[in-house]
Amino acid sequence: MAHVFLPSALQSLIGSQDVVETSGGNVREVIADLESRFPGIRDRLCEGDDLRPSMAVTVDGGVSSLGMLQRVNAESEIHFLPAIGGG
Amino acid sequence: MPTSEKKKYKVIGTRPIRHDGRDKVTGRAKYGADIKLTGMLYAAMLRSPHAHAKIKSIATEKAEALSGVRAVVTFKDLDEQGNRIVNLGEGAVNMRHLTANILAREKVLYKGHAVAAVAADSIHIAEEAVGLIEVVYEPLPPVLDVRNAMKDDSPILNDDVHTESPGSDPKKNGSNPSNIAKHFHFEKGDLDKGFAEADVVVEREFETAMVHQGYIEPHNATALWHEDGKITIWMSTQGPFSVRQQTAELLRVPISDVKVVPMEIGGGFGGKISVYLSPVAALLSKKSGRPIRLVMKRAAVFEATGPTPGSYMRLKLGATKAGTITAAEAWIAFEAGAYPGSPVGAGCMCVFSCYDIPNGRVDGFDVCVNKPRTNAYRAPGSTQVAFAVETVIDEICESIGLEPADFRLQNAAKEGTRRVDGPIFPRIGMCETVEAIKNCDHYKAPLEGRFCGRGIASGFWFNAGMRSSVSATVNSDGSVSLVEGSTDIGGSRTSIAMQLAETLGITAESVTPTVVDTDSVGYTDVTGGSRVTFSTGIAAIEAAKDIQRQMVERAALIWDVDTAKVEYRDGAILGPGDKRLLFHELAAKMLSSGGAIVGRGISAEATQGGAFGTHCVDVEVDPDTGKVQVLRYTIAQDAGTAIHPSYVEGQMQGGVVQGIGWALNEEYWYDELGAMRNATYLDYRIPTCYDVPMINTIIVEVPDPQHPYGVRGVGEVPICPPPAAIANAIYQAIGVRMCQLPMSPPRVLAQILNGKEDGGKGKR
Repeated sequence: MAHVFLPSALQSLIGSQDVVETSGGNVREVIADLESRFPGIRDRLCEGDDLRPSMAVTVDGGVSSLGMLQRVNAESEIHFLPAIGGG
Repeated sequence: MPTSEKKKYKVIGTRPIRHDGRDKVTGRAKYGADIKLTGMLYAAMLRSPHAHAKIKSIATEKAEALSGVRAVVTFKDLDEQGNRIVNLGEGAVNMRHLTANILAREKVLYKGHAVAAVAADSIHIAEEAVGLIEVVYEPLPPVLDVRNAMKDDSPILNDDVHTESPGSDPKKNGSNPSNIAKHFHFEKGDLDKGFAEADVVVEREFETAMVHQGYIEPHNATALWHEDGKITIWMSTQGPFSVRQQTAELLRVPISDVKVVPMEIGGGFGGKISVYLSPVAALLSKKSGRPIRLVMKRAAVFEATGPTPGSYMRLKLGATKAGTITAAEAWIAFEAGAYPGSPVGAGCMCVFSCYDIPNGRVDGFDVCVNKPRTNAYRAPGSTQVAFAVETVIDEICESIGLEPADFRLQNAAKEGTRRVDGPIFPRIGMCETVEAIKNCDHYKAPLEGRFCGRGIASGFWFNAGMRSSVSATVNSDGSVSLVEGSTDIGGSRTSIAMQLAETLGITAESVTPTVVDTDSVGYTDVTGGSRVTFSTGIAAIEAAKDIQRQMVERAALIWDVDTAKVEYRDGAILGPGDKRLLFHELAAKMLSSGGAIVGRGISAEATQGGAFGTHCVDVEVDPDTGKVQVLRYTIAQDAGTAIHPSYVEGQMQGGVVQGIGWALNEEYWYDELGAMRNATYLDYRIPTCYDVPMINTIIVEVPDPQHPYGVRGVGEVPICPPPAAIANAIYQAIGVRMCQLPMSPPRVLAQILNGKEDGGKGKR
C-alpha cells in the first residue's frame, strides 16, 4: 500500500496522524480513496479536477509536474506540500 | 573535481565559446530598451508617495489635455479580477492582488506603488503629464516591521487576507482580516524528547533585511496592440510563457492573442518572472493605437519590483557532546510585502534540510507589510534560514569542541534521510561538498592575523524540473538549428546545445541555439529554480534522439534495408555490410530522401534531487570601524555533471558575490513613514570587484540519476551559505556573534562594543 503524508491542517481529518495507507494507481485515485474514507479531504486538496494552485505533490521524493496524473505504486510515498518557486 | 566514477564524454565537460558571446561583447545583442518601432510612444508612470493610503480620487484630465499626450490609464482600465488563484507554472498568484499591484485600486500599499501611466510623443512629455495627474490620498499608518504586523492591533493592509494553512478549510480560516496570510507547520519525531536528550542547546534570534536582486537592466516592456486584437510584447523576462499567461489573464484576452518576444536579459535572479509593465504598455497601446515603450527608472526598480523579504527568526538546536543533533526547532516570519506570497514556505522546507534531524518542528508565517510585494530571488527563502541554522551550528560546535566540518559530516543529510517537512532524499551530495572543503588547500592553510577569522557554512536548494520544449532542425551542411523557449540568463544556450551535440555525436559549434517567442516553440516554464540545464537539457536530448530515429529511417531508405538493421552511434549511421554515413553526409542527402529532419523533445516528468554547497571564507575585521574585508573564499558545490564547467563556476562565483552583498552591505533602508531612503546604486551598496577576492571553485560531481547525463542545477544554492559563513568567520576574528543582516560596519562596531561588555561572546 502507498503511504500518504498530509499537511498538519489536514491531519485532524484522518485521526490526528500524519500518514495513512492508501490505494490507487495515480494521485487522482489516491485522493479518491482518501475521500471515500475521510470525507471532505478532496476539497481541501483540490480545486476542480486539479490540485489547488498553492499545493504540490511529491511522489517518491520529487515534485511532480503531472499532479493528479502522476502514477504511484504500492511502495510509493506521497506528500502534499506547499507549492514553491525558485529564482 | 570528480567525486564518483566519471563517464567519458566528448562535448560535455568541455568549454566551448558561448554562442551568444560575440553579440554580447560587441554590443550587438538586443535588449528590451533597444526596441524601436515606427510610431512608438514613450510611457511614464505615476507612483505613490505614501507607504499606506486610501485613494480617494484620481483626476487625469489635465494630463490628458497636455499637448503630445496620447493615452492615460489607471486601475479603471484593468478589470477587477476577483479573488481567484492562478497557477503560473512556478508558483500561484492571486489575480486580484496581481492586478492591484500593477495599478493600485482602493489603496496604495507601499511607496512607489503604481497609480497611473501616461503615453506621449516623448518621455519628457510623458513625465510632465504624470505630474499633472491629481490624486487625493488619505494616508494611513504604515506597518514596516514583521513582528508589529503580526500583532492583533496592527493596521491591516488587505481586507481580503485571512490566515490560512496548506490544506486548511477556507470556511474555518480566521474570521477577521489579518496581515498573516499563511502559517506553515512541519513536524517530525518527538521534539521534547529530542531536546531532553541534548547535552547542549543553543537558541538565538535572527533578523535579515529586505534585499534586491540587483540586476543591472531595469524592467522594460514594449507593447503593440494590433488592429486585429493580437498583442505583441517585447521585454526582458525570465519566463515569456508566464508573461503571456499573466498578461492574458490581466487583460482578459485569450493566451493565443498574446505573443511575447523575450529579448536578451541583463540579469533576473528571480526578479523578472512577475509582470509589472507589460499589461500597462498593452493598455496604453490599445488606447493610443501606437506601440508603447515603458522602461522603469532605477528608483522604481528598487521601490516597486519584488525584492527578497526581510525576516525575523528564532532557532533552537540541541546536540549531544559526541556531536549528534537530537532536536531542532525554527520559528520563521517573512515579510511578504504588500500582498501575500513570500517564500517562507520554501524557507521552512530548507531550514534543516542539510542535516539528518531526528526530531524537528518548523513554523513559518507569511506576513504583509507596507513594502513592495516580494518575489523570488535565487533559492528563495533558503539564504535567510541558512544564516540562522548555520550560525547556531557553529555555536554548537564551539560548545562541544568539534570541528565544524566534522560536525557537518557527522550530521549531514544523505540518500534516505527524511527531511523535517517529510520527503526522503534521493542520491545527494551534501557530504561530498563538506569533504571537498575539508580537503581543500584553503581549509587546511593556517590563517594568521589578529582580527582574522575563518568560517564555513552549508546550504541547500531543491532545484526544479518542470516543463520545457525544444525543436531542432538538421541543415543540409550538417549543422543543427536548435530552438528553445528558455531565456538565457547564465549561458544556458550553450549548455543546452552541448547536450544536443553530445547525444548526436557532433560538435557544440555545429549547433546554433536560438531563444524564440511564444508562438515559435512549445510551452516552456520559466528560467528559474535552477531548472534549465536540467529540464531543457532533457528536452534537447529527446530532440536529438528524435533526429537519430529519423536519420536511421532515412539511411534504411537510402540503403534499401530494414530499419531494424540500422543504428545510430557516435555521430554516424551504421548499416549492414559496413555501410556507414557520417551525420553531415546523411544531412547532405536529407532533402532528396524525404525532406527536412526536425527533432522535437519535451521534458515534463523529471524531477531533480536537490543541490548542496559548502563554503569556506576568511575575513579580517577592522575593530575601529567594524568593516569586514573578505580575504579568501572557496566554494564547493555539487553540480551533478558539469556540462560547461566555466558556466558552473560562473554561477557559483556569482551566487557567492550576491551572498557577500547580503552579508555585509545590502539592505532596504526605510524611514518611519515607509519611504526607502537608498533607492539608488550609490546608496544601495552591492559588492564590486574592490570588495571581493577571487572566488575559488570546487565542482563536486555526484550525478543526479534523474538526468541522462547526471545534471544538477547550479544557479541558486551558491547564494545560501555566504552570510552564515561570514558571520562564523567574524566570530572567529573578534569573538562576537552576528545575528542580524547585513553585518555592515556600524552594526559590527556596535556588536564589538556590546561584546566588550558581556565578555566578548555575545548572548547565549
